Amino acid sequence: MSAKIRIPTPLRKLTNNEEIVEVTADTVGGAIAELQTRFPGIKERLLDENGTVRRFVNVYVNEEDIRFLQNQQTPIKSGDEISIIPAIAGG
Amino acid sequence: MKWTVMDKNDGFMKALKCRECGREYPLAATHVCEFDFGPLEVVYDYDRARQTLTRAAIASRPQTMWRYRELLPIAREPTVGFQVGYTPLVKADRLARQLGIRELWIKNDTVNYPTLSFKDRVVSVALSRARELGFTTVACASTGNLANSVAANAAAVGLKAYVFIPADLEAGKIINSLVYGANVIGIKGHYDEVNRLCAEIAGKFGWAFVNVNMRPYYAEGSKSMGFEIIEQLGWRIPEHTVVCMASGSLLTKIHKSYQEFIKLGLVTETKYRVHGAQATGCSPISTAQKAGLDFFKPVKPNTIAKSLAIGTPADGFYALRVMKETNGTGEDVSDDEIREGIKLLAECEGIFAETAGGVTVGVAKKLIATGKIPANDSAVLCITGNGLKTLDAVATGAGRTREIRPSLREFEALLEVESKIIC
Repeated sequence: MSAKIRIPTPLRKLTNNEEIVEVTADTVGGAIAELQTRFPGIKERLLDENGTVRRFVNVYVNEEDIRFLQNQQTPIKSGDEISIIPAIAGG
Repeated sequence: MKWTVMDKNDGFMKALKCRECGREYPLAATHVCEFDFGPLEVVYDYDRARQTLTRAAIASRPQTMWRYRELLPIAREPTVGFQVGYTPLVKADRLARQLGIRELWIKNDTVNYPTLSFKDRVVSVALSRARELGFTTVACASTGNLANSVAANAAAVGLKAYVFIPADLEAGKIINSLVYGANVIGIKGHYDEVNRLCAEIAGKFGWAFVNVNMRPYYAEGSKSMGFEIIEQLGWRIPEHTVVCMASGSLLTKIHKSYQEFIKLGLVTETKYRVHGAQATGCSPISTAQKAGLDFFKPVKPNTIAKSLAIGTPADGFYALRVMKETNGTGEDVSDDEIREGIKLLAECEGIFAETAGGVTVGVAKKLIATGKIPANDSAVLCITGNGLKTLDAVATGAGRTREIRPSLREFEALLEVESKIIC
């Protein structure tokens, strides 16, 4: 039983080019910690020195921005999909 | 991310650099720092640019945005959009009187070539650079204007185009992409969702996404609007510039264009303020500015100004910083005020802007009324897109046709009735 994290291109060097990583944690924060255990160095890419998600990193659970949910406390369950995406411009 | 082999001659560009940590990257199709996801920006060789980019040189060149070529991020001559830019800067005396300000100018990108919005500037740069890097398929995530521009400019040079838009866009903007033969993909969701999907697609297919992996080049094209304002004002910087904000990118690049002309000695440094305009229904940046914050809270957009409906503005932090540095203000207006702004500009100056233009005019009106833009100052309003693209938004407020039979008697009767009403 696990949730899936989609790893963005700039971070795949850290995940041995794995595009999808499965985690068993039950919150977004827990999932990031789990990623760090398996792929050391990935946490500091996502979180700043205070442990908050970096301002140019957007995290989504099942396509919803975690800032509209409970940020890193957002619960995740088996089958959920987490996307990590750099902020981009548009118009 | 795939890095295309670089040309040895990179023009006036030196590298890509992370705006957050300063790490440098090769001049490839890549847009985020691998370390902290900060946006990458083009670094120029200003010493070299200074040697050839003089007022005299600029004056001798064709009246397009490429006259500032040294400060645009392409390695060789442009191959897309030769005619783009150098839109009119209109002295708006009637609107100035209406709003109560001494001197007012409209930078009129409603007539930018070829798709009637400022996006032709950024797209010409992005596609010229994409071709230099060897791409044959181009794409974008768009709220409409960008899709139109990518579709048209790609068609003109035979590039394959995929444009991704929210499925509920104005009909005019959808047709204006389809007609060029582009692949138009309507996403059932709002723009931020389109953006998220495109970020995922861009990593997968090796296309030149103008506002994803080509973003460092693309965004620089906006500077040409600021360069033109300075030149058209007779080589001076306006005291106030009002710019609408979606991602906030245009506002930051207008500021950068003023700074670069100062740096190159093309204009005397004078105090100026850059003000940011949003629709109240999607105002993460202006709300944060008014609250004195240097970060914003994402929102779910709900406004008729669909071209500005970005709830998670990628350049929001930098736009806030520019407003803070220049003592500018963020302000927002309701949908009714947007419609009123469109009408004001049309009736006073004969310029029909899309909803984003209504936002800019509406916010300028507010800032002048509250003294944030003092009545004795001069201001430039950046009007970014054409009203013919968002007819739905003003269809009910534009007035109505009076119908009569083809009879002189009926026309005279109509005038008589109306003159009585007016009296």
